[in-house]
Amino acid sequence: MTTRWTRKDLLGLRELSADELNFVLETADAFKEVGTREIKKVPALRGKTLVNFFVEPSTRTRTSFELAAFRLSADVINISAANSSLTKGETLKDTARNLEALHADILVLRHSSAGAPQFLASRLKASVINAGDGAHEHPTQALLDLYTMRERRGKIAGLHVAIIGDILFSRVARSNIFGLLKLGARVTLVGPSTLVPREFEKLGVEVSHKIEDVLPKADAVNLLRIQHERQRREYFPGLGEYIRLFGLTKERAKLLKPECLIMHPGPINRGVEIDSDVADGLQSVILDQVTNGLAVRMAVLYLCGGIST
Amino acid sequence: MNQPKQNPPAAVLVMDAEEIRRALRRIAHEITEGNPQLEKVVLAGIPLRGVEIAQRIAAFIHDIENINVETGVIDVAMHRDDVGTRPELPVVHASKLPLPLEARTVIIVDDVLYTGRTVRAAMDAINSFGRPARIQLAVLIDRGHRELPIRPDYVGKNLPTATREQIQVRMQETDNQPDAVWLEGE
Amino acid sequence: MRRNFDVSAIIIRGGRIIDPANKRDEIADLYIVDGKIVGSKSEIREAFTRRGGKSEIEEISARGLIVAPGLIDIHVHLREPGFGHKETIESGGRAAAVGGFTTIVCMPNTSPAADNPSTIAWIKDRAAAVACVNVLATGAISKNLAGEELAPIGSLAQAGVVAITDDGHCVQNHEVMRRAVEYARMVDLPVLDHCQDYNLVGTGVVHEGYWSTLLGLPGWPAAGEEAMVMRNILLAELCDHHIHCQHVTTIGSVRLLREARARGVKISGEVCPHHIALTDEAIQNFDTKCKMNPPLRSQADVNALMEGIADGTLSILASDHAPHADFEKEVEFDAAPFGIVGLETELGLFIDLLVHKHHKIDIARLIAMYTIEPARLLKIDAGTLSIGARADVTLIDPELEWTVRIDQFESASRNSPFNGWKLKGRAVRTIAGGKTIWKL
Repeated sequence: MTTRWTRKDLLGLRELSADELNFVLETADAFKEVGTREIKKVPALRGKTLVNFFVEPSTRTRTSFELAAFRLSADVINISAANSSLTKGETLKDTARNLEALHADILVLRHSSAGAPQFLASRLKASVINAGDGAHEHPTQALLDLYTMRERRGKIAGLHVAIIGDILFSRVARSNIFGLLKLGARVTLVGPSTLVPREFEKLGVEVSHKIEDVLPKADAVNLLRIQHERQRREYFPGLGEYIRLFGLTKERAKLLKPECLIMHPGPINRGVEIDSDVADGLQSVILDQVTNGLAVRMAVLYLCGGIST
Repeated sequence: MNQPKQNPPAAVLVMDAEEIRRALRRIAHEITEGNPQLEKVVLAGIPLRGVEIAQRIAAFIHDIENINVETGVIDVAMHRDDVGTRPELPVVHASKLPLPLEARTVIIVDDVLYTGRTVRAAMDAINSFGRPARIQLAVLIDRGHRELPIRPDYVGKNLPTATREQIQVRMQETDNQPDAVWLEGE
Repeated sequence: MRRNFDVSAIIIRGGRIIDPANKRDEIADLYIVDGKIVGSKSEIREAFTRRGGKSEIEEISARGLIVAPGLIDIHVHLREPGFGHKETIESGGRAAAVGGFTTIVCMPNTSPAADNPSTIAWIKDRAAAVACVNVLATGAISKNLAGEELAPIGSLAQAGVVAITDDGHCVQNHEVMRRAVEYARMVDLPVLDHCQDYNLVGTGVVHEGYWSTLLGLPGWPAAGEEAMVMRNILLAELCDHHIHCQHVTTIGSVRLLREARARGVKISGEVCPHHIALTDEAIQNFDTKCKMNPPLRSQADVNALMEGIADGTLSILASDHAPHADFEKEVEFDAAPFGIVGLETELGLFIDLLVHKHHKIDIARLIAMYTIEPARLLKIDAGTLSIGARADVTLIDPELEWTVRIDQFESASRNSPFNGWKLKGRAVRTIAGGKTIWKL
């Protein structure tokens, strides 16, 4: 039996249909099982070369892709901004073309500029997998979030999902919005008005600045990491005030339905966006997300890297 | 004879529902005779129809010996040797085998045996779950043209074919059509 | 030394002469002698008789064509000195001729910046040597376009600049801008301003709105332009001197300008073709050829610009011709330089959109916005077919259908989003100083 999967690249969830999203999730089911085997490795991508090209630092996503590639028997090279020729003034295009000249089959790209994966995908024969581009998309993170919700709640359609935190600068939020809406979920964005502008309503989601109103209705809450770096100082006054208004404290967690899932893409700021005990509580599926991330990334690498181009 | 409309007129009926039933029942007998310790046997079907055939054989064994033989699913898509060479990818399914496999006899079950590459992939997949005492092979149809040194232990029907011909197996549970095996020309 | 008695004479026959400066719009012949417009055929005969040289007359048929004063583009980046790999004064001049322009005004963001008389002199010398069109220079408002100290505006005036501007940059300090406008008034130079509030715009690369939200690209809010348009209105009033807002793009800017002009404030605004031909939707595939500053805006902004053109609020059309090499644009969206080339497509786009598709203005008004309006702003001797004027003439076929082909551009750069666009209307012959410098 064959599929209708025809994409060599995974650039974002906005371009995927609901059928394609479901197909990736079903494929991930099969790959999740591989992780339970005695020998956690299949030959699906044997002989293929995957380059983890991380122009922006990341340990978690890179490691997950690396392990996913190992389990598919691909050979992996890791390149980070610090050890690439980009620091010597080489353009992204030239760096990528050099990688292709070395017969890289799959390029997993993390980049600080939105659209960088599109830029490479249209210029390279190799598969390009977006591992996060600027504030644009982080499709595999959203896929693993969808997978976890579907695994725990049976289906996505009809779920009410609250995404809480720095939405404006979040690629995780955008990919989640696109994926959740396509699969029939209801999405409410929660956070300070500077980080959750009303413009988001035009994407088909609801916007709230009052977390207490949203928590009792949610079937899943996805807490985004809050940072208060230099470039964010104009957007909210400080972490103390953020916790007071939007932190998922023990008290606020009591507002949640017992079956509501608590999710976080990591790394967690314990005591900031989420109370430490709540993060480790019974409703938390944060570690499931990490496990599922591996299965989802194996599925994506298999699908995009496996088709003949 | 009422041909399903999905099949072109050129298709020839090779086995009807009753012939399939008899063939699988015979295989069940042979498995019973060849494996004194039936409780160690796992019938591992290859999706999609192999899974259904494995379950039917298990039901016949239960009829014959009143023993529940374990069944499982062994997916071969991610173990194939042709990934990246086809325009479309095979769909992957989750495999499911009772663990541990050590000291067990795993019988791979499929609808049609042809080049043997699928069976090779299935053996590779089984090995990633552990090291069974032995692996056997049961197929509904053996159409010949092996490309690997593989031979079946249990065969429903040997059917000499030309490579240009196609075998279509239809089963009620997987295809929503009456059980049948068709031989199609070019 | 033997004197040359030869007379150069041209008759452009049977065209529709549109000369907004003289409120002239009629089918007639146009006469040119020795690079100047003359009033009648008898003056050609007189010249022959007087001088006794060869007496050949070049006849150009303009039947079905518009005979317009040579067009003026007041907003062009010729990139020299400093960035000859993007464009040169020579190649930019050729591109202008193809577009129907006989006069172009170049911006000072070169390297070195045109903030000193010697750079102006270099540009003028270079233009005289290699450019087939008239190249007029602007000088910087501030030293090195840094927005902090005034450039030597008086010396720049003496060196022959036609305006001052920090285009590409914007003086943020209102006090510095105020003094610049006051000083420019003394030397009678208009001030052209690229309106951008750096704090509001920040790292913005695309219009702040639906698409920036969807794509996660840093937004460039309309208010970032409008705040500076407002500032300029206040300073134009305070200093009683003309400020011209370059490439206006937003509803709010149009509204502010309309209100201020109705009160008689010395303020004006220009429109670039891309800001009405495209909306921010064009950036959805991260095409750097659609990255410009100010950015492509929403459909509502486009509509407001067209209304502003229709009611005269926006009085000048220009290209903001901004050449960049392919390798510079072939980078991540954030990293790509702003701007597109425009000289060879602007007239076609404006005729197609404003006259044919949306019926916002007629062709005579469009020609006025490219001739007498910019000439009045800069107080330059161009943009008219008056008797005695330099014979800069553009023949336009407003009905000619053609396809934009970037590989045929005369410009040294190809960064245009309009490749393959089918347009109706274009220049078919460009005459500068009585000499045909380009024809289709």
